[in-house]
Amino acid sequence: MKLSVLDLKENVDKVLGNAVVASVLDNGELTIEIAPTTALNNFELLKNELKFEQLIDVCGVDYLSFGETNWETRTAVNKGFSRGVFDFAEEEDDADLMKPRRFASVYHLLSVTKNVRIRVKVFPEDTKMPIVPSVVSVWTCADWFERESFDLLGIIYEGHPDLRRLLTDYGFIGHPLRKDFPLVGEVEMRYDNEKKRVVYEPVQIENRVNVPRVIREDKITNTEQGK
Amino acid sequence: MSEIRNYTLNFGPQHPSAHGVLRLVLELDGETIVRSDPHIGLLHRGTEKLVEYKPYNQSIGYMDRLDYVSMMSNEHAYVMAIEKMLDIKVPERAQYIRVMFDEITRLLNHLMWLGAHALDIGAMTIFLYAFREREDLMDCYEAVSGARMHATYYRPGGVYRDLPDSMPKHKASKWHSGKKLDKLNAIREGTLLDFIESFTQRFPGYIDEYEVLLTDNRIWKQRTVDIGIVSPERALQLGFTGPMLRGSGIAWDLRKKQPYEVYDKLDFDIPVGVTGDCYDRYLVRVQEMRESNKIIKQCVDWLNKNPGPVMTDDNRVAPPSREYAKTNMEALIHHFKLFTEGYTIPSGEIYSAVEHPKGEFGIYMISDGANKPYRMKVRAPGFTHLASLDEMVKGHMIADVVAIIGTQDIVFGEVDR
Repeated sequence: MKLSVLDLKENVDKVLGNAVVASVLDNGELTIEIAPTTALNNFELLKNELKFEQLIDVCGVDYLSFGETNWETRTAVNKGFSRGVFDFAEEEDDADLMKPRRFASVYHLLSVTKNVRIRVKVFPEDTKMPIVPSVVSVWTCADWFERESFDLLGIIYEGHPDLRRLLTDYGFIGHPLRKDFPLVGEVEMRYDNEKKRVVYEPVQIENRVNVPRVIREDKITNTEQGK
Repeated sequence: MSEIRNYTLNFGPQHPSAHGVLRLVLELDGETIVRSDPHIGLLHRGTEKLVEYKPYNQSIGYMDRLDYVSMMSNEHAYVMAIEKMLDIKVPERAQYIRVMFDEITRLLNHLMWLGAHALDIGAMTIFLYAFREREDLMDCYEAVSGARMHATYYRPGGVYRDLPDSMPKHKASKWHSGKKLDKLNAIREGTLLDFIESFTQRFPGYIDEYEVLLTDNRIWKQRTVDIGIVSPERALQLGFTGPMLRGSGIAWDLRKKQPYEVYDKLDFDIPVGVTGDCYDRYLVRVQEMRESNKIIKQCVDWLNKNPGPVMTDDNRVAPPSREYAKTNMEALIHHFKLFTEGYTIPSGEIYSAVEHPKGEFGIYMISDGANKPYRMKVRAPGFTHLASLDEMVKGHMIADVVAIIGTQDIVFGEVDR
């Protein structure tokens, strides 16, 4: 029996009540947001009451540069592409680094019995030290997912039994999927013939942007009439 | 009396039966495993970071390289995510082609798994047999895309091109010529679909050959029966999907439960295990090969009867026709922009999952309205399976670790990403 998304939304509202901070229904998928303080309790409700037996995925997200582009565009005509204008005032801005709601931990749950999926978002309160509760006690497979998210984004999962780095090198510094971590990285590694060992040095190469990042609001890209 | 301590053993990262670059730290009590700690990430290439810096279409090739033995299935999840976000309808012929190649990919994956798994626990012959069949299937890949493995064949809105009318043939060499060559080329005289059809007729016989070698083989059973048992409750708790979950007796298959493309129009069954040990998972996968063969046959029949477009005419992702672009200025600009800048996707997020040969392969994509993804997460089935290794090997012997890694069907391209 497949449960419809609307029925699911109703059930979720009934069981979780006020704990749902926000809920969005988009592309036939239900996304809810819950507060980090009550998250663990609500995840247990989701699992036991709403039968989400499986944790499919945990994904950390860094919203630091959401909606930012390399290339500003100006609307030109209503049928064709807009004109691209370079944005020269590209200065480093550190103020943003402390932006509230910068990080999010996104959980995808699946109910095998009811055949539905739900997406749950938890935004840690602090940006400098983003902490969300660990769900390992609810779903065992959260273990590695949370280690990965900690490794790549630096989100700390409180109550995790063994929060070590998972994917990056032993002794790696930084969190590579953060938006302020450069694509080319910080250090490069080579074998030094004189020292007879591997050495780390600051990277020599620079990041090249071959295709600028643009956001277009044109009709041609966002509707089907662009023929 | 002297103190007795557990022994710690380092396994890998260059061990032939680790299926890639897996480093395991095993804590042993005699020959019994007390604890195992997999160290992964030796093949981490930062795919998720790289795609954030590329227009959508340029990242399709990265998907092939995730799970590098089931290439097109990975692409499928990715292009489906884009299609869902843009609400694009894919032509039916393209859907059938995709389903057919998904199943060919499943055969490729399961053959690789069967060969390697059997080789790991002592059966050499099966590996050579499995590679003989893989060769034919990779020729199908080559015929449609030009590449034997990393095809980059699927596109948002359809597939790159229609199926070719002829198969490439073997050329005369000092090893093959004359009658021997004609015999080799006999099955390649017709179209690609004829070639695939002749394969589907031969293949059930080949599966029987594997089963003769393994299913009732005393040594095979000693190595797999009651090894790595996972109960259905634990399988759900550990996040198992695909054959690993079905081996534990839960009939869950996205192709049936949440059908995508044309799977709801095709006739096939879902094999399920009983005890959830390595032997059951072996039986499930072998039966899955037979089911895939059935699906491929149905797709070939349909594709032979129904010609048509293989790419949507929605110009947000599809280029205008050559002819039109040469007579119309706007169309020419559109063509140029599409191949340089790419297309933008409205702000939003999506999770799209396919029944990958190894389990549920999902793409979670967040767009902020730009021509590149804002964040993309690959949900790889092998990742959760390997995470459960500690629980599965606990109390078993060292030799069983190899059997359990084999039964999990681990490929490091997707685990490390």
